[in-house]
Amino acid sequence: MTLVLIVLGAAVGAPLRYVADRAVQARHDTVFPWGTLAVNVSGSAVLGFLAALPLGDGVMALAGTGFCGALTTYSTLGYETVRLMEEGARFHAVANAVASVVAGLGAAFCGAALAQALL
Amino acid sequence: MPVLAVIAPGGALGALARHAVQTALPTGPAGFPWATFLVNVSGCLLIGVLMVLITEVRPAHRLVRPFLGVGVLGGYTTFSTYAVDVRRTVEAGAPLTGLAYLVATMVAAVAAVAAGMWLTRRAARLVPGNGAR
Repeated sequence: MTLVLIVLGAAVGAPLRYVADRAVQARHDTVFPWGTLAVNVSGSAVLGFLAALPLGDGVMALAGTGFCGALTTYSTLGYETVRLMEEGARFHAVANAVASVVAGLGAAFCGAALAQALL
Repeated sequence: MPVLAVIAPGGALGALARHAVQTALPTGPAGFPWATFLVNVSGCLLIGVLMVLITEVRPAHRLVRPFLGVGVLGGYTTFSTYAVDVRRTVEAGAPLTGLAYLVATMVAAVAAVAAGMWLTRRAARLVPGNGAR
């Protein structure tokens, strides 16, 4: 059952990442990968929120491991960072790595704080 | 739309593989999250290999990148678990473990992408007659 829930969550999260990335990337013309940053930060906020609630294993498999896990990505973040380096956009590459970590971590803490305020 | 129709099953496969690794290597609340670390670094190595293969070595079918790159590897690797794991180690009273994990993952992930790309370019050059640079 856990595996089915993970599959269902990921089958929504992964396509949503693609759609959200395309939507964000269509709205600016810089080399900065705002789309991946946006999905990673919002996914971290949602998972931070969920992880701080007393939820059952089934909900965490569906919404946590499946949905948030597949909505967010490290492979694209790593690839886009290396591509920026290769293209000589060293500042953007470092900014992408640092901003992802700082904003992602901040989002996870904010999500958790919101959950704790609601409990 | 066929692109989304291959991303969804790809993402599901990747998420199941991530779950398998996380189940095989459980971490306590204050421990270094090795499973997620290994998942993210190996996924980064593989995206480096994949992207050089399909953009430089040999053009692939238009659904290969959505399925393998966006779907399988995107679903396999995760940023949200990384961020929440860092918070969990801090809450568990092990902020140094969290900081080490935070930095080690980012450094190893970027190095793994670069290594995957470099190795694939080198390997492609050994094969006569392909268009790798």
